[in-house]
Amino acid sequence: MIAAYLETRDGKIKKSSLEALSEAVRRAGELGVAAAGVLAGGAVADQAPGAFAAGAARVYVIEDPGLAAYSSAGYAAALAAFAGKEKPLGLFFAATAMGKDLAPRVAARLGAAMASDCVKVEAKDGTLVFTRPIYAGKAFLSVTLDSSPLVATLRPNIFPVAEAAAAPGEVVRLAAAVPDAAAEGRVVEVVKEESGEIDVTEADVVVSGGRGLKGPEAFALLRDLAAVFPRAAVGASRSAVDSNWIGHQHQVGQTGKTVSPDLYIAAGISGAIQHLAGMSASKVIVAVNKDPDAPIFKVADYGVVGDLFEVLPKLTEELRKTLSD
Amino acid sequence: MNILVFVKRVPDTESRIRIQHETRTVAEDGLNFVLSPYDEYAVEEALRLKESKGAAVRVVSVGRDEAAAVLRKCLAMGADEAFLIKDDVPETYDGLRTARIIARAVERRFAGADLLLFGKQSVGADNGQVPAMVAELLGLPQATVVTKLDVGEGAATACREIEGGFEKVALTLPAVVTAQKGLNEPRYETLKGIMAAKKKEIPVVKLEDLGLGPDDLRSRVRVAGLDVPAARKAGRVLQGDPAETARELVRLLRDEAKVI
Ligand SMILES: Cc1cc2nc3c(=O)[nH]c(=O)nc-3n(C[C@H](O)[C@H](O)[C@H](O)COP(=O)(O)OP(=O)(O)OC[C@H]3O[C@@H](n4cnc5c(N)ncnc54)[C@H](O)[C@@H]3O)c2cc1C
Ligand SMILES: Nc1ncnc2c1ncn2[C@@H]1O[C@H](COP(=O)(O)O)[C@@H](O)[C@H]1O
Repeated sequence: MIAAYLETRDGKIKKSSLEALSEAVRRAGELGVAAAGVLAGGAVADQAPGAFAAGAARVYVIEDPGLAAYSSAGYAAALAAFAGKEKPLGLFFAATAMGKDLAPRVAARLGAAMASDCVKVEAKDGTLVFTRPIYAGKAFLSVTLDSSPLVATLRPNIFPVAEAAAAPGEVVRLAAAVPDAAAEGRVVEVVKEESGEIDVTEADVVVSGGRGLKGPEAFALLRDLAAVFPRAAVGASRSAVDSNWIGHQHQVGQTGKTVSPDLYIAAGISGAIQHLAGMSASKVIVAVNKDPDAPIFKVADYGVVGDLFEVLPKLTEELRKTLSD
Repeated sequence: MNILVFVKRVPDTESRIRIQHETRTVAEDGLNFVLSPYDEYAVEEALRLKESKGAAVRVVSVGRDEAAAVLRKCLAMGADEAFLIKDDVPETYDGLRTARIIARAVERRFAGADLLLFGKQSVGADNGQVPAMVAELLGLPQATVVTKLDVGEGAATACREIEGGFEKVALTLPAVVTAQKGLNEPRYETLKGIMAAKKKEIPVVKLEDLGLGPDDLRSRVRVAGLDVPAARKAGRVLQGDPAETARELVRLLRDEAKVI
C-alpha cells in the first residue's frame, strides 16, 4: 500500500494533500499495490469522501481527543501507529508547513530515511525513485531509500489531482495512543493573516516585486494584478523584504520560498541567482524590467522591457478584460 | 540556561553548482563555504537569550575538519564553546543518519540542555529533516520554522509560519526549535570577537566515542541520479508602447503559453 496523510484545514482536505494522495494512487497502480488516505484529528471521519474522489479505495481514520489540536509528537504517534499496523510500502505527505514538521518526526519514529520536497516520483523495480531539488533548484537529486516505509514529502502545485469516478471506498478506524508528551508541544492558537491571502507556495499565479518598486506603496500595483486571478499571491525579492516593504513570508528564493506556479510575474526584480533558485521551476515566467540586460530575462518566457509603473496597470487592465470574457 | 545550537557548513548561496557525473556528487572545488544562513538565526537567538536571561551557549557541528571554520565564526559572534563531531563521510542527504549522531551526542556528551536550536533547513541539502528527527529520537517537543520565540521558566512559546498565517506552539523545555528568517537579525562578528575566537580551542568528538556502530552510520539514502536542470530557453522580448505591449503579452499568455 502507498498511503498519503491528508491534512485538513478549515474542515477540508488541503489541495496539496489531495495532490499527494493522487500521486500515491498513480504509483500504487504501477506497482500493483493499494492506495489509501490517512486522516487524523479530533473529528475527521466526515472528510473521507474527499479522498475517495481522488481515487483512494480506503481511508484510515484516527480520531482522538488528543489530536484535536496539532502537536508534532501526537500526530507522529498516530501516523506511526498506522504505519506499524498496516506496513505501507510508501507514506507521502504534502510538503506544507504541517507536512514538513510531521514527516521527519514520523520517519524517525519508524527508523526510516526520507526524501523531502519531491517533484517527481517514479515506480521502478518494485520501489520508488524520488527526485527533488537541492541547492534550491540549482540541481536535481534522484534517490531511492533503503528503509521502510518509503517516506516522502511532495511539493505542492506539482502533482495533478486525480478525479476518480466517485465510488465510495472503505473507512477503516484505527486507535492510537497519543502520548502525554504531545501536550508539551501543542498548537495553542492559529492566527490567519488578515487579508486571507493564499501562500505563495500554494498559488497558481505569483506576482512578485523587487527593488524596482521603489517603496511599499507600489505593492498595490501587484495586489491589483494578483486580484485578477482566482488563486494568486504576491511575492517579493529579498531586497524588497529587507527594506520592510512586505513581510518575509512573501520572499521567494534560496532563503525564502521555492515556488512553481503556472505563471510567475517578476516586476522590478533583477534576477539574482538566489532569486532564480526559488522560481525557475515556474511553468511560465514573465519579467517586467526597464533594463534590457537584467539577468531575469535569461529565464523569462516573456520579457517586457519597460517601466513597471506604466506596464503593470495596463497589464492588469488587459487581463481583467480577457478573463472576464 | 543551557543552549545547544547545531550548525552546518554549506556552500554559499551565491555558488554555481557543478556536477561530477561519474561520482554523482557536487564538485566542491571553487565553492565558497559558509555557516548555513538559517543556522545563523539560530546562533543569534541563542546569543540574545544569553544576553537577556543568562545562558551558556554551546555550538556543535557534525562534519569534516573544515567545519571548524564555521564554528569559529559562531565563537566570534559570541558563543561560549564550540565542538566538532568529526564525520568524514561526504554528503549523504540522509537526515536520519545526522540526527542519530546528534541525538546520541546530546545524550552522551551534551546532556542537560534546556533548548536545542537548529536552522529550519540546511542550505544545499534542503532537507529540513534533522531537527524534527532529533526531537523524536530524544522524545522532545518541537516547534519548527519559528519566527518568534519567548522563553520563560521551563517553558516557551514559539510562533511558527504556516500557509496564510502563523500558529503559536506552547513548549515545555527542553525542546527543539528551528529558526526561520524573521526570527532576528544576526549580528556581525566584532574584531575583538574574532581575535578571542582564534584563541579558543574547538574540542573534537569522535563518532566511536559516541558508541555509534556501522549500522547507525550507514546511509539509507542511495543517490540514483544528480543533474542540473535543463536551461530555460530564451524567451520572447516585448517592448514599446505599454498598452500595446500589455495587450500582446496577454494574447501570448492565452494563445501561446495557454496559462490563462
Ligand atoms: C545569503 C543570501 C541569500 C539570499 N537569498 C535571497 C532570496 O531568497 N531571494 C532573493 O530574491 N534574493 C536573495 N538574496 C539577495 C540577492 O542576491 C539579490 O540581492 C536580490 O535578489 C536583489 O533583489 P532585486 O532584484 O529586487 O533588486 P535589484 O538587484 O536592485 O534589482 C532591481 C531591478 O529593478 C529594475 N527596475 C528599477 N526600476 C524599475 C522600473 N521603474 N521598472 C522596471 N524595472 C525597474 C532594475 O533594472 C533592476 O533590474 C540573497 C543574498 C544572500 C547573500
Ligand atoms: N552536519 C550537521 N551538523 C550540525 N547540525 C546540522 C547538520 N546537518 C543539519 N544540521 C542542523 O539541522 C538543520 C536542518 O538541516 P537539514 O535537515 O539538513 O535541512 C540545520 O539548519 C542545522 O541546524
